[in-house]
Amino acid sequence: MTFHEINTGDTAWVLISAALVLLMTPALAFFYGGMVRSKSVLNMMMMSFVTIGIVGVLWVTYGFSMAFGNSIGGVLGNPAQFFGLANVLGAEVGTVPAVVFVGFQAAFAIIAVALISGAVDARMKFSAWCVFVVAWASLVYFPAAHWVFAFDGAVAERGGFIANTIQAFDFAGGTAIHINAGAAALALAIVLGPRVGFGKVPMRPHNLTLVMLGAGLLWFGWFGFNAGSALGANELAGLAWVNTLAAPAAAMLAWLVTERVRDGHATSLGAASGVVAGLVAITPAAAVVTPLGAIAIGVLAGVGCSMALSLKYRFGYDDSLDVVGVHLVGGLIGTLAIGLFADASLTGSLDTAGLLAGGGLTQLGRQALGAGVVLIYSFLVTWLIAQALKRTMGLRVPMAAEAHGIDLGEHAETGYDLSKAQYSSYNVGKTLWLPNDTSKDENTEVSA
Amino acid sequence: MKLITAVLREDAVDDVQIALARQGISGMTVTEVTGYAHQRGHTEVYRGEEFTISFITKIRLDILAKDADADTIVQTICTAGRSGSIGDGKVWIQPVEDVVRIRTGEHGESAI
Repeated sequence: MTFHEINTGDTAWVLISAALVLLMTPALAFFYGGMVRSKSVLNMMMMSFVTIGIVGVLWVTYGFSMAFGNSIGGVLGNPAQFFGLANVLGAEVGTVPAVVFVGFQAAFAIIAVALISGAVDARMKFSAWCVFVVAWASLVYFPAAHWVFAFDGAVAERGGFIANTIQAFDFAGGTAIHINAGAAALALAIVLGPRVGFGKVPMRPHNLTLVMLGAGLLWFGWFGFNAGSALGANELAGLAWVNTLAAPAAAMLAWLVTERVRDGHATSLGAASGVVAGLVAITPAAAVVTPLGAIAIGVLAGVGCSMALSLKYRFGYDDSLDVVGVHLVGGLIGTLAIGLFADASLTGSLDTAGLLAGGGLTQLGRQALGAGVVLIYSFLVTWLIAQALKRTMGLRVPMAAEAHGIDLGEHAETGYDLSKAQYSSYNVGKTLWLPNDTSKDENTEVSA
Repeated sequence: MKLITAVLREDAVDDVQIALARQGISGMTVTEVTGYAHQRGHTEVYRGEEFTISFITKIRLDILAKDADADTIVQTICTAGRSGSIGDGKVWIQPVEDVVRIRTGEHGESAI
């Protein structure tokens, strides 16, 4: 770590950004939870919540070190170097304390894993999900984060190969997070198999107001995700912030227009989905395109992602909440669009500028290579993890439990009790009031 | 005594209730129900996927009536609940053996 003066303004901004990014995972729980049927809302939200628990622990033990330790061949950070966050206190990354950077990147690791849960609605054993989270974070996310986010000399002397050798731009995680999670969602959905009745019985969202609340909170958190990735309170953060406004705004409009033309209606789910697609697409590009470039990326994402959703019916995989259609496709659009729109004044040279911004094909090729490596690695390793779990502990809940609702089967809870009727059953031995206990009678007169 | 059950359009309930109250009929049990008969359902679109929802939300009224009031009640429901298009619903009448008011223990028509 090279020595820099700690800047309190930068440090404050990164700390705030870290909290904003952490909020995105509960926001994702709402976004996803509203889209499923009421009998699986708790399980869907729990998959996001438990990911905060699991990855939160993994990150401070060996996760950060695997992602940002001194590189072993550009492929993996040394897991021993910062084990238990050893050697972190007293060090700095850029102008902020290293431990602040640890917290910021922890929230990234958490949401990357949680994103996958949208593909496995209503049928994956909760225990299998928890083991999957440990395996996927360790074998897929930590390495991919190392490849993309670990620049030589930033935290350790040597970083990952996509950032330093391929030199693909990925400002805040289009490849490491969105392409990665999207490809993993595809592999996991294929191994897991579709929900009972998929494509035959209607499975409509049970609460679109939760979806819109979640999308709004995701957008709010995403300002930390992108503008925080500047790792400073400066103009670069401001540019990322404005691009994080412009791209999702354009994507929402593009999605709504596509829907209106194709299906006849502009829907609230379309608006929420368009915002998220735009956020995904601008994530890798937020610091290297102008706001007009951000609008172009947003339009591409809004149209492209809304058209990509029908793929799952064509190919028959039950990616329940379109993690592939939104995150994989949106991540690819954003990552490749850098090769078209990256501005030379922001990237530093014409060599690294996009094809439509005066540059050549060089950067587009780098972007495609970076995206392809993450996509293929993530798909293959996720497929292997899923197969291993399927053959050992099993991935799916019993069919009867799935039909009755995974919330009851896996968590012994019900998401909503909107009934005014009281429970008629009581648990003898645990109950405080047995039916022959008259002391609680209220004798209230109620006229008929 | 009769049990009169009506399945109505959601938007007809207020008119029916007011009309019945004007006839001096006070008291009904109202339930939100879903089902289908001749009326076609509607389509909903989520992320480009079209759902045809055949079940239609209706309101069900259950009214306990004295024998002498039954015809008036049915007539009133049919007049106030009618829009003239498919989906206005149905009314049916069943005989009732006995009715008991829980609070007083009264039986028969005096319990209505």
